[in-house]
This record gives sequence, structure tokens and C-alpha cells, in this order.
Amino acid sequence: MTEAPIIQIQDVHKYFGRVHALRGITLNINAGEVVVILGPSGSGKSTLLRCINHLEVYNTGKIIVDNILLKSAQNINTVRREVGMVFQQFNLFPHLTVLDNVTLAQKIVRKRDPAEAKKIALDLLKKVGIEHKFDCYPGQLSGGQQQRVAIARALAMNPKIMLFDEPTSALDPEMIKEVLDVMLALAKEGMTMVVVSHEMGFARAAASRAIFMDEGQIIEQGPPEQLFSAPTQERTKLFLSKVLQI
Amino acid sequence: MPAPSFPKYFGRVFGGRDGKSVPPPDKGDFKLIPGNELPSQMDAWWWLVGAVVLLIALLMIFKPDPYLKIVRFVSDGLWITILLTVISFVFILIVGIIGGLGRIAKNPVIHFLATIYVECVRGIPLLVQLIWWYFAAPVAIQSFGKWINFAPMAEYRSNAFVLAVVGLVVCYGAYMSEIFRAGIQSIHKGQIEAARSQGMTYMQAMRYVILPQAIRVVLPPVGNEFIMLIKDTSLVSAVAMADLTRRGREYMSAHMNPIETWTMVALLYLILTLFFTRVLVWLEKNRGYEK
Ligand SMILES: Nc1ncnc2c1ncn2[C@@H]1O[C@H](COP(=O)(O)OP(=O)(O)OP(=O)(O)O)[C@@H](O)[C@H]1O
Ligand SMILES: [Mg+2]
Repeated sequence: MTEAPIIQIQDVHKYFGRVHALRGITLNINAGEVVVILGPSGSGKSTLLRCINHLEVYNTGKIIVDNILLKSAQNINTVRREVGMVFQQFNLFPHLTVLDNVTLAQKIVRKRDPAEAKKIALDLLKKVGIEHKFDCYPGQLSGGQQQRVAIARALAMNPKIMLFDEPTSALDPEMIKEVLDVMLALAKEGMTMVVVSHEMGFARAAASRAIFMDEGQIIEQGPPEQLFSAPTQERTKLFLSKVLQI
Repeated sequence: MPAPSFPKYFGRVFGGRDGKSVPPPDKGDFKLIPGNELPSQMDAWWWLVGAVVLLIALLMIFKPDPYLKIVRFVSDGLWITILLTVISFVFILIVGIIGGLGRIAKNPVIHFLATIYVECVRGIPLLVQLIWWYFAAPVAIQSFGKWINFAPMAEYRSNAFVLAVVGLVVCYGAYMSEIFRAGIQSIHKGQIEAARSQGMTYMQAMRYVILPQAIRVVLPPVGNEFIMLIKDTSLVSAVAMADLTRRGREYMSAHMNPIETWTMVALLYLILTLFFTRVLVWLEKNRGYEK
């Protein structure tokens, strides 16, 4: 029996008022796949990612995550706890310590008892290399450290899928690597990941597939090596030449 | 609602209110983060509280007639004023949170109701509202009770204290709703997205993530409302409540000594507002998160 893809997106359209942000996206992602999405600013990458965990509500089409059709309000929270998300701006809770950031949703969504939640949190903080900062507040950490805490916070819910929206683009160059290393380790463990990022190195090392988006559509996709070195579409070539110049 | 301007030296913590819009609380100026204020500057104001207490004490000791008599006579009114302020304020906070959430609700009916409430209440003077609740509301309740043939309502007997609390809560609740709305909206929307992306419900995200942050932001304007409320409770003296102001008036008409009576009443209000202002500053100082 072949398993159905863990994320199935069928002909999804999304409008923001008059802006047609997604124009018929169809995409299947299998469990264990690492998919990198790239494309120019405003091409709809974030919107697509946010539709997967229903932070944005799509207008037409279908998104099925882990065999649950995202449409009705009841099952959204069920899906969301299976889907972790990491944001460009980290979005840690500034009024809580690092430890509380990682245990909060475990306690109130997963209903774990505090001791268990704490143990899981400390293990994850160790994994992302930041366990010694557990009782700091986010404001006392560097950007790279905050983003690693944010990854730990998402992982604490035992998600089946992790979404990353430009996780390194708000970071200083010397901190990018520490975050990418954590993501790379996660990919090696077999986590299903959808990553919006222009980090070619990461895509080459970790991704099974790279997707190029423009103007709300998927223009081209393939193994990263192939997409980067031999793009078939004009728009992909143009975009890559710009990105690679930098 | 009358908006008496507050003395300038409270400006650091309690900005004035223009009676129309509540300025969005600003997170950016580190007001809430302790450590950027000289401790001596903060504590100096306790001297003012002490000085006023001393002044009252000296007056009572060296001129017990009339000052001690006045204080004895109005002390039950002072108690009513404090009780009215504190009880009303608890309900005002509850109404403010509900109203504030209503003002940002996506549901158009809830949003509409909250907006109508805030806009209407803010357009009517507090004194008129208090009089309405005291004189008009009981009659309205009785007539309605008769109309639907419901005895407890038809035989409703008004309770001045309850109606005064209702009047203050309805009016101040509207202002408080706006403060909470602005406070909640000042929290970056990434916060609610992060909470919801972990499977929290809207209410859980509000309770554990947004409101704890918003409360720190709104503490100064909320404190301002509390001080305003202490002073505005004097309006209930117009509707048969024996508060500090009314007891002062009673004493004055019996003894014909307006200067002594009203000076003492004024000093008693002053000591209340000064004291609670200090308490609020202290609270604010102890609520930053970057320890
Ligand atoms: N909340 C919103 N309201 C209105 N328009 C929006 C909103 N979010 C996104 N858009 C519009 O939708 C389009 C796609 O935006 P999106 O953020 O998905 O692009 P992106 O590919 O992530 O770009 P970037 O690389 O700059 O993050 C853009 O035209 C944007 O202006
Ligand atoms: Mg984006």
C-alpha cells in the first residue's frame, strides 16, 4: 500500500482583496521529504506556507494535511498541533522565560503535566544547543539563539511537519550557520520540512526538492542541484542569476 | 465625562486624557522596564504623600474643632468613596477586557455591539448617566416588569449603591474597553500567530500570550483611570449616595464653615489620589519582564 502524501495541495487560490496571491497551486509532499521553496518577494511563498497550517484561509481548492481536510474550524487546531512553524521574526513570547516558551503549549494544548513538559523542553533545548539559557528571557538572547529556541518550541509539540518561513533572513551572517545546522540535523532525522529560504547551501545539503515560485504559481521544481544548475524556465534563470550574484 | 486636567507632575506616568481618543499605549519607550529611572526620583514623591498626611494630622491635633470633628463626620463618606471606587474598578476591568476583545472581534455582530456601546457611552456626561441610572432605570425596570407580568421586576426597589456602581461601571467600562483594545492591538500579530500555530485556541492565545503582554502595556493608562475614578465618584453625591463629598456638604450646611470643611474634604481626596498614584508607580516599576 502506498501512503498518501502527508501534504496535498490541489489547485489552491488565495486572494487578499484584489491581490491574487496564490494562483492555482498544486503540490504533494510526502512524509520525510524536505522541500525548499524560493522565489522573488511577493511571489506568495509565505502565503502558501501559512495556508498549510491555516494561518491564512485559502479561497478555493483543497489542502489535506495528514489526511485531514483543512476547511472546518474544528479540525484546524488538530492539524496545527501536528504542524510546527518557525517564523522569520522568531515570535518568541517575550514575557516568558525560554523554558516557559517551550513548555506553554505542551501544557495547555497537549495537556502534559509540568514535570514531563519541562523534561521534554530541556531535552530539546539541549538538542538545539541552548539548554544553559533556559531561564533567560528572549530579549536577553541573540537572534540566532532566539531562532533555535523557536525551533525547540515548535518541536516540543512533536509535529509531523515543520514549516520554516525564511528562518535565517533576520539573522546576522555569523548566526545563520548555527540555525541551519539545527535544521540540517532535523532533516537527517527524517522530519518532513517545508522551508522558504534562499540558502542554496542548505537546499543542496538537505532538500529532496526545490520549488521556484513566481506570481502565485509554481514555475518549476526538481532536485535542488538540477534546478540551480540547469533551470528550464526563463524566470527561474533570471531569478537565480540575481540571487547567485549576491 | 468631565476630564479634569491632572497636575503636570503626574505626566510621566499618567498622561492626560483628551476625552475623545485614548492614545495607543507605547511599548517602545521602555516605560515599563525598570532601571531607567533614578530610584531617588521615584521615591521622592512619597514625601509629598507624607507631607499631606502630616498636614491633616497637624490640623486635627492642633485645631480639633472643627478639623477633627469634620474628619469624624465625613469618615463614613470616605469609606463609601473608597468602597465605591474599588468595587466599581473590579467590574470596570472585567467590562474593559470583554469590551476590548469585542472591539477587535472578527464577528461583525460582537464588533458592532461593542462599538455602539463604547461610542454611545463616551458621548454622554457621566453625571447624566449616573442620574439616569438612579432615577430613570428603576422606573424603566418596574414598568417593564409590569408589562411582562414579572413580580420581582415590577416591585423593584432601587439600591443607591448598586445603581451608582452600575453607572460608574457602564461609563468607565467604555473607556477601559478602548484602553484594552489599544493595548491588545499594540502586541505584534506574530505573537498570536505563534500561539495559534502551536494549536492554541483563540481564547488560550489571548489568556496566556496576548493579555499578559497587553496588561503590562496598559498598566499606566489603567492606573490613570483608577485615579480619575476616585475623583469622579464625587459625582454620586448628586444621586443620594452619602460619599465623602456629600458628607462634606452635610457638615457644611449644619455648621456653616465652608473653608474648613471643603479644605479638609479636598485634602482627603488628595491623600487618596496621591497614595494610589504612588502604589501604581510602584506596581508599574515591578512589572517589567527583562529582570
Ligand atoms: N495580509 C495581507 N494582506 C494583503 N495582502 C497580502 C497579505 N499578505 C500578503 N499579501 C500580498 O500577497 C502577495 C504574496 O505575499 P507573500 O507574503 O506570500 O510573498 P512572499 O513570497 O512571502 O514574499 P517575501 O519574500 O517578501 O516574504 C504579495 O503581493 C503581498 O502583498
Ligand atoms: Mg514571505
